[in-house]
Amino acid sequence: MESTLETKASRPTETREVDSIVIRFSGDSGDGMQLTGMQFTDTAALLGQDLSTFPEFPAEIRAPAGTIAGVSGFQVHFGSKEIFTPGDQYDVLVAMNSAALKNDLHRLKRGGVIIVNIAGFDSKNLKLAGYPEGSVSPLEDNTLDEYTVYKIDVTKHTKEALKDSALGMKEIERCKNMFVLGVLFWMFDKSMEFTLKFLDEKFGKKPDILSGNITALKSGWNYGDNTEIFTIRYKTAAAKLPAGIYRNIAGNQSTAIGIIAAAEKAGLPVFLGSYPITPASDILHELSKYKANGVKTFQAEDEIAAICTAIGASYAGLLGVTTTSGPGLALKSEAMSLAMILEIPLLIIDVQRGGPSTGLPTKTEQSDLLFALHGRHGESPLPIIAASTPADCFDAVYEAVTISIEHMVPVIFLSDGYIANGSEPWRFPTEDMLKPINTMFLTENNNPGGKFLPYKRDNRGVRPWVKPGTKGLEHRIGGLEKQNETGNVSYDSANHELMIKLRAEKVAKIADRIPLLKTDSGPEKGKVLVLGWGSTYGAIKTVMNELHAEGYADVSHAHLRHMNPFPKNLGELLHGFDKILIPEMNCGQLLQLIRAKYLIPAIGYSKVQGLPFDTDEIKTKVLEVYNSK
Amino acid sequence: METTTLEPTAPVKLTAKDFTSDQEVKWCPGCGDYSILKQVQTVLPDFVTEKEKVVFISGIGCSSRFPYYMSTYGMHSIHGRATAIASGVKAANPDLTVWVVGGDGDLLSIGGNHFIHMLRRNPNIKLMLFNNQIYGLTKGQYSPTSPKGTVAKSTPYGSVDEPFNPAELALGAKAGFFARTLDRDPKHMQAMLARANAHKGTALIEIYQNCPVFNDAAFFIFTEKETKKEEALFLEQGKPLVFGAGDSKGIKLDGFKPVIVDLTTGASKDDLWIHDETDKTKAFLLAGFADNLETHFPRPFGVYYRSERACIEDDMAAQIDAAKAKRGKTALNKILSGDKTWTIV
Repeated sequence: MESTLETKASRPTETREVDSIVIRFSGDSGDGMQLTGMQFTDTAALLGQDLSTFPEFPAEIRAPAGTIAGVSGFQVHFGSKEIFTPGDQYDVLVAMNSAALKNDLHRLKRGGVIIVNIAGFDSKNLKLAGYPEGSVSPLEDNTLDEYTVYKIDVTKHTKEALKDSALGMKEIERCKNMFVLGVLFWMFDKSMEFTLKFLDEKFGKKPDILSGNITALKSGWNYGDNTEIFTIRYKTAAAKLPAGIYRNIAGNQSTAIGIIAAAEKAGLPVFLGSYPITPASDILHELSKYKANGVKTFQAEDEIAAICTAIGASYAGLLGVTTTSGPGLALKSEAMSLAMILEIPLLIIDVQRGGPSTGLPTKTEQSDLLFALHGRHGESPLPIIAASTPADCFDAVYEAVTISIEHMVPVIFLSDGYIANGSEPWRFPTEDMLKPINTMFLTENNNPGGKFLPYKRDNRGVRPWVKPGTKGLEHRIGGLEKQNETGNVSYDSANHELMIKLRAEKVAKIADRIPLLKTDSGPEKGKVLVLGWGSTYGAIKTVMNELHAEGYADVSHAHLRHMNPFPKNLGELLHGFDKILIPEMNCGQLLQLIRAKYLIPAIGYSKVQGLPFDTDEIKTKVLEVYNSK
Repeated sequence: METTTLEPTAPVKLTAKDFTSDQEVKWCPGCGDYSILKQVQTVLPDFVTEKEKVVFISGIGCSSRFPYYMSTYGMHSIHGRATAIASGVKAANPDLTVWVVGGDGDLLSIGGNHFIHMLRRNPNIKLMLFNNQIYGLTKGQYSPTSPKGTVAKSTPYGSVDEPFNPAELALGAKAGFFARTLDRDPKHMQAMLARANAHKGTALIEIYQNCPVFNDAAFFIFTEKETKKEEALFLEQGKPLVFGAGDSKGIKLDGFKPVIVDLTTGASKDDLWIHDETDKTKAFLLAGFADNLETHFPRPFGVYYRSERACIEDDMAAQIDAAKAKRGKTALNKILSGDKTWTIV
């Protein structure tokens, strides 16, 4: 990506027009960097800029202050052009202490801007950040010669600005992130209005804290305006996005909203059985706010109880949902098989993170695909839907619920830490734009003159849903193999094989309703197809835009949402290309499926570092495949 | 003007047969489960008028086949999870009458976690613990209620772990109702089922159930003529604790220490411990009888403890009602748009 910041100014406070900027807010876990980043992001969003964010925080809640382990970062990429990733490198690094600078400097663009809080660079902080005893501060030697460095004693200025405040020293220190935000608002010519309103809502009942934060914010702005250390201000115009009304949204939030929307369209109350786990807990938090909409949330004693209560709720006729991440999905495995053989609707959400085991709880990965597909005992296929961006979580989860209800089958929805926590502008739909969801409860005997047949199927292989409480249709279901149609326990060997086939066919037939896969960009036949799934969308999309602009007309991108069953034409599409490249944040899981099913020598490109792909990485790989024989 | 009110026709009373499914019952001959099934089918017509509102949920084990033999709604689920699934059913639709059936292995071992958490949450569910002190369906391994030293398939040298005392476990987990009964005492079992049914909240009935194949006669001292009088103590609210042939023995409290006294040699019935189902401290003392620490006590049967408190499904529903009353339902379009939007033209 081209650099958008110039660092040498010809005269003081020149204002430059730029089309996109990446800022990295970096500080200690307690420095409020996530909040600062979110405020900056929301402000940019409200000014109509396209954007993508990437919060990155440690697994420890408050790792020792000042250490590398405690560094919490928030990256935002915003601008007037279309933006699909949080950016490989940043133009501006805000470093609140030595550890933050040390941790994040390597991704700052050459010539980029650094804003440092020099109070975080005393000998104690340098030592905590792992600089050798007695070494010179990186602010004093030539480490930062290639960058434009603004050294500000944020701590001192915040204290001075609040010296008459009623706040204690600890609370005053907490306001320093607002000072920094004020400086950045000034530097990027953004209004403080949104943040002032936010602070008023957040601290309205604590006037001292409210006024302290406002004073710090305004002092930061004034500091930028009055001191002459800054040579340039930057302006970004509104993005030329499709016309419409937008909001900014993170993936976990759009997942939660998608569930509520789908439930309402299906005419069913939501029941969420969940056990807290990073990075999925925000869905539980979000849904628990919607009591007035009839949403029932149940914080269970463990992951198994979480899915089992949801199974019970679905059995009783609600939309049963359970949310988790990889380790929790493993614990739910047996119950998933039960729901599968019961043939009841159930939404299982896996926000993937780095594994195996506890792995990298706060980092992202796409390594649960094969587990979602195969991680159950017995022959137990389930549909799998994967979301590709924060906003896409809404559409993807809406479809997952639709399939689950209309096909009487548990559906696994895959998201990951990257899109769950990241955010982007969303041209949200209105209620009337949402497709209807057809919920059908059977209330009359489907076998007139005979006994009710709970496992009698329609032409899609779907059995009826009967709510307990329905008179005359009392019946028993369970995990033991069932006799076809009657649902009575049956150990008959031929019947078992038949039932396995019928259940698998039902899932396979879902392909009839799935749209055929088209390329996201590039021709339907060509030299290289980049086949992606899930959260790699933004990085691949960015690379495609660049490659197409550079004249690589025979390179295409297709993106899978339906991981099981695949779109019916997937094989045909793949065979239209000389080479297939599959980038994944795992060791080649989709790659394995594609090779096995379509018998083509697809090429994998894997990254398993707990981090999303850089666009540069994918671009280099695409060109390498493109140019190879 | 004269008005006539039409009396609603009283629903026709259901019978035991109405609760009997068309499935062949396949427990071993002589299994205590037959008696429990029969008593449940016998008393349910007294409890409910609409059998379509009744749901039986079970886990895995011999006893867990129970729902298949009931002609209500039912689910035979997975090992240990019946309590969790039932909690979901009840929270989803509090109008349903939900019963859970499980064995000692199912509820106390693999399902121990869900068992204690259901008790503390107190959904209005009736919970029948079929305790036969052995694993039946897996063919005879010791269970978490088998006495220490039990020689079974997996413990040829005797089990080395201390068993659970189900009453203590349940009371410790805040059970609002605990009763113990016996498969071979149909009358008492029916009475306990009625008491459990009348209790609003999770009602746990531990049923001593004979496994004739793998642990035969484990509870015969409490059921057979020769020993029953000496070994079993039947609790009645407001009555003194009396047992033994011809009610010859009683139990009194010396502070918090239960003491057996002989009523034939001068001890007075007036000095005995009067059973009070609402006294949790005494319920714990009764639970301790099974451990026979210093004295050999008779085993208490009946309602140890009952205390009604809020049920989780009611509290969940009340929160929803309060939120609806206070804020009203948020329109879907409002949820979709959120608070902060901008327009691009």
